[in-house]
Amino acid sequence: MQLSRDDLLQAYRRMKIIREFEERLHEEIQTGEIAGFTHLYCGQEAVAVGVCENLTDDDKLVSTHRGHGHCLAKGCDVSGMMKEIWGSREGLCKGKGGSMHIADVDKGMLGANGIVGAGAPIMVGAALAAKLNGKGNVAVSFSGDGACNQGTTFEAMNMAVVTKAPAIFVFENNHYSEHTGVEYAVGTEKDIASRAEAFGMKVARADGTDFFAVHDTMREILEYVRAGNGPAAIEFDTERFFGHFEGDPQRYRGKGELDRIREERDCLKKFRESVTGAKLLEGADLDKVDEEVLAQIEQAVQDARSAARPTAEDVLEDVYISY
Amino acid sequence: MARVMYRDAVRDTIFKEMQRDENVVVLGEDVVGGMGTAGGPEAIGGIWSTSGGFYEAFGPDRVIDTPISESAIVGAAGGLALSGKRPIAELMFADFIGVCLDQIWNQIAKFRYMFGGKTKCPAIIRCIYGAGYNAAAQHSQAPTGILTSMPGLKVVVPSTPADVAGLLRQAIRDDDPVIFMEHKALYGLKGEVPDDDDYTIPFGHARLCRAGEDVTILASGMMVGMAEKAADKLAEDGVGADVIDLRTTSPLDEEAILDSVEVTGRVVVVDEAPPRCSLATDLCALVAEKAFASLKAPPVAVTPPHTPVPFARELEGAYLPNPDKIEAAVRKVLAYNS
Repeated sequence: MQLSRDDLLQAYRRMKIIREFEERLHEEIQTGEIAGFTHLYCGQEAVAVGVCENLTDDDKLVSTHRGHGHCLAKGCDVSGMMKEIWGSREGLCKGKGGSMHIADVDKGMLGANGIVGAGAPIMVGAALAAKLNGKGNVAVSFSGDGACNQGTTFEAMNMAVVTKAPAIFVFENNHYSEHTGVEYAVGTEKDIASRAEAFGMKVARADGTDFFAVHDTMREILEYVRAGNGPAAIEFDTERFFGHFEGDPQRYRGKGELDRIREERDCLKKFRESVTGAKLLEGADLDKVDEEVLAQIEQAVQDARSAARPTAEDVLEDVYISY
Repeated sequence: MARVMYRDAVRDTIFKEMQRDENVVVLGEDVVGGMGTAGGPEAIGGIWSTSGGFYEAFGPDRVIDTPISESAIVGAAGGLALSGKRPIAELMFADFIGVCLDQIWNQIAKFRYMFGGKTKCPAIIRCIYGAGYNAAAQHSQAPTGILTSMPGLKVVVPSTPADVAGLLRQAIRDDDPVIFMEHKALYGLKGEVPDDDDYTIPFGHARLCRAGEDVTILASGMMVGMAEKAADKLAEDGVGADVIDLRTTSPLDEEAILDSVEVTGRVVVVDEAPPRCSLATDLCALVAEKAFASLKAPPVAVTPPHTPVPFARELEGAYLPNPDKIEAAVRKVLAYNS
């Protein structure tokens, strides 16, 4: 499908926001200012944005521990997220959730999730709700090549097929489940999509570093699922530019691997080459977006630094039974 | 008032609430029963006969018969609840929480708090629990205390048909996740149930089943009837017991417990779960911490031993609390220092 100039600029902006959000966090985490565990999404931006650009706020999304990109792509507020990661009471979840538990139900974002594989069953519930509402909405779960080995994911796939739920299982194969290679941990001879296929659903596969491949594949699958044909799954081959968590020494990487994937498999670089090569956008258009995004991230960081801190009294807020 | 069975109170309350609110949805294994068989849908109508006629009345999108996939069932209940529905998931046996604990403990219990209070999770997990059927170690347990220990869950333990109706309706209309513990050995129990289709019992309000000034007996679920029997026997000897049915273990009606103990000074706690880190020890600790000055004797707990639930009739009988054991415990606290 031919995307309009505005569509292209928006897609690029969203990917760039995720990229700079994560690159900045990578720097800030090293100062010790941010507490807790953080898992960065850098490298996989085309998947989140290519999928979510096809969705509306009434379509639901369930994410993972590596969820910043999914949240941003689904429309969560950049500043609200930064404040949440900083642990501010002004954060999207009032500083109660943090990096692994960002949610915004008004945007259809039902939560990042700290438990690998926990999201798919929740997504099926959201899909069953959409089916009951009968307005053609869908629910989407993101799962990694790690989560595809959890029994919960299998249960969810089977239940979605059995109940003909409008569910889309998006598998992001970034080749590493924590610190273990996909060749070791996924026993299936072929790939992850073939597992979903074995459960009886329509599947598709695409290069997750190519925004246009992601967007087109998702659109095709979405049409099929919105039409009431039951669930589907897509496997995207993608890359994780950072470690499993921030602080991961990544001793499992091959020599020159990180440089190579940044050089050859960078979805933002590929997008720029593609749209300027086809003369859909000028390099200057994208440079302008780059500048604006950098300023936006800088502002979000400054806002997060000066945002109100939670107090001890806040521990007991949003509690419905206290002792 | 109509005289109905505990199981029918479950079925009728859900049915009426499904008629009242189209967002109420039921899901679980064999809640329809017979799907994909020659017998066809409703060949069973729910393994506990608590969902008969639902499928015909409300259809497959609101009465969702699921595969044997407890994590997917509870997870889907969570997703439905986050999407504006009021799911009632059935765990055929409460023992199966072991299979889906992540979805209960790390997911539905935590959504509201973890997401900064911006979402509700009105999901009910019906757990059919308890011993008395010789169903052995994996189909007889009472994990009420385990679930009560988890912040974010409301835990309801009805002991009579009327309480099933009032507490289940309250649970369905509640905006937070509720664990609804139904004792399988009480399903045949008959009792008066108000005809009122809006009959609810607020959570956190215990029920005084017997009144007396010599001892307080705390119980829930199937233990309530046993405590009442023991109290009736003791009354023949002139011993007066307050028998308090907790009704909900979270929230807990501390006030009712402490008010009673301040009068009686003696406490017997009855629980169907093994003794360590349990509801029984929690309640003993509560009275020790908050009513110490009123106590005339140390609290005594009547619980099964710290073993799995055994199979044989003689063994299960020996394992479970009963009225005689409760009576003996009461006599023990009465005899202390006298």
